[in-house]
Amino acid sequence: MSTAILAQFMAELLSGRIRLVDLTQTLTPEFPTIVLPPELGQAWPFRIEEISRYDERGPAWYWNNFSCSEHTGTHFDAPVHWVTGKDQPNNAVDSIPVDNFIAAACVIDVSAEAAKNPDFLLTIDFVEKWEEKHGRIPERSWVLLRTDWSKRSGAKEYLNMAEDGAHSPGPDAEVVPWLIRERHVHGFGTESIGTDAGQAHHLNPPYPCHYFMHGNNRYGLQCLTNLDQLPPQGALILAAPLKIRNGSGSPLRVLALTPHI
Amino acid sequence: MTDATPKPKRKNPVARTRLPTLPPASRSRAALGLARAAAEGRFEMQACADCGAVQYPPREVCGSCLSERLDWREVANGGALIATTTLRHSNDPYFRERLPWRVGTVKMDAGPSVVAHVHEDCHEAGRVRLALKLDRSGQAVLHALPAEDTPNMNDSPQLRETHCDPKHRRVLVTDGRSTLGRAMVKALLDAGASTVFIGDPATWKADAGFDAFVASDPRIEPVALDVTDTDSVDRLAASIGAKVEILINTADHLRDGGVMNARDVGLARDAFDVNVLGLMRLAQAFGPTMCFRAADGTHGAVAWVNLLSIHALAALPARGAWSASKAAALSAALTLRAEFGGAGIRVMNVFPGPIDDEWEQLTPPPKLAPSAVAAAVVRGLRDGVEDLYVGDVAEELRARLRDNQKAVERELGG
Repeated sequence: MSTAILAQFMAELLSGRIRLVDLTQTLTPEFPTIVLPPELGQAWPFRIEEISRYDERGPAWYWNNFSCSEHTGTHFDAPVHWVTGKDQPNNAVDSIPVDNFIAAACVIDVSAEAAKNPDFLLTIDFVEKWEEKHGRIPERSWVLLRTDWSKRSGAKEYLNMAEDGAHSPGPDAEVVPWLIRERHVHGFGTESIGTDAGQAHHLNPPYPCHYFMHGNNRYGLQCLTNLDQLPPQGALILAAPLKIRNGSGSPLRVLALTPHI
Repeated sequence: MTDATPKPKRKNPVARTRLPTLPPASRSRAALGLARAAAEGRFEMQACADCGAVQYPPREVCGSCLSERLDWREVANGGALIATTTLRHSNDPYFRERLPWRVGTVKMDAGPSVVAHVHEDCHEAGRVRLALKLDRSGQAVLHALPAEDTPNMNDSPQLRETHCDPKHRRVLVTDGRSTLGRAMVKALLDAGASTVFIGDPATWKADAGFDAFVASDPRIEPVALDVTDTDSVDRLAASIGAKVEILINTADHLRDGGVMNARDVGLARDAFDVNVLGLMRLAQAFGPTMCFRAADGTHGAVAWVNLLSIHALAALPARGAWSASKAAALSAALTLRAEFGGAGIRVMNVFPGPIDDEWEQLTPPPKLAPSAVAAAVVRGLRDGVEDLYVGDVAEELRARLRDNQKAVERELGG
């Protein structure tokens, strides 16, 4: 039976009735990495150096060395990333059960609100209104926040730093535990540099999305793009991080399977 | 009086670019004592410890008493110009391109009579000052200068062959966001640089002060440059590389932390990436074009400046990783000097003491004002030196390293 389903799935994919959408930002040296106070440890940005390019360093082949942190570019946050998730079972990228790398997604569009207010915070009330329109968030579903942040050009616009830090949208401190307790979500994903808002260190607790999601063994995705090409409900997300021993996260290719509209 | 060197005209884009030539470079080992003095802008000659005679040219033994006990000593640089001549022919490719060339004989107050390059403002039979200058081969040569400064004297074509004046030149300051970087840009503009490209490693950073500074002078051109990103360095070199006549590498990554007394090698790696590999990336991207342009018109590529630290020579254990990166940068800079030698481009290494900026907050005074370091760099370029010790801390450490390196080690470690 499942063989037939997989064959049908492949046929749907090839015919274009199921569409693959790439939710991944290209890894480039210019793509911003989260900015912390300079006296703290810093995540490496993406860097790349040529090993050879059909030249005296390697006549018939082209290849590069690259370096980056586990949290550079479009990346996955494992529960062990946050102190609240440190004692969860199977909390690192190498030990997370692989079936968790595929899950449905609900896409909540706050792009209009975020355009008006870069500090926009997603609330329970907003999600409930969204559910009235698009249906209840199913269990074990990613909640992806569409802000159109990925359309901001250049690091300055994207990070949106002021003297008091970054200004970008995210969830508030009430909606995150609610999504976990009431909706049993799989994780939370954003287009901006972190799953939390730019000013989330002023929320209680600070960085509530990291605090609660990872504290409950849930996952994070950030620096996503093309969320505007996904339906509010109905897409499946393939997000499998690199298998780094005890890794706290990793850059990855995030793909969405959507019914062709 | 010397005519001011006019601002260079725009280059004829279809004319062949003249390649650099160098003056004769071979010297005896004894004569290289002159290079040691000239590199730091001092005037020293060989003096006999037995009979006291000052001699020139340097030799293995004293010309008066045959003693081998010869010291290098700072001596009086005054003298009388007793004869001059102007060369109008030379078989040497370097001098052929620079004729006419004035030379003469100076009877030094310190004793010897010497043959020197003679400045156009020196009067025959008049008083002159002698200076040891590095020529484009990096070797020490004697220049006779007017006893008193004359207007535009640094613009004399013969003297211009020994220095790297930023006037009318285009300069890249690799990190213009730092306190020192900004002071450097300001000093270069005051010195008459025609364009200062100001590298910005953090274009995402909101800083109204920086934006206002960039807008304060039309000669400032901000450019994105992160020396840890090979692609960023290469792209900038591809767009402005043929305009950079002086490159001043102010990029630095200063953090506290020792070698064993550090949590990990993270800070060390960051420091090496900026201070050592950054220097190498810049050299690989900008160096070859600068070499090609070393004789391009009246204001060709002329100098490469590394902002190091006196702790490149003496590790500061409280900043052990950073000190190691500065020592490695110095070593890389010495190789760079050898590599640039063929084009006659000067590599000037700057060794300041602690600079009064945010990362030196807890360092007790005396600390150098960034503007004082910047002014010293401009002075060093105008004087054409290649090693520049800036401030009392740096000069004292330098002197004590010569005297007793072990004492310095123990005191800095204490």
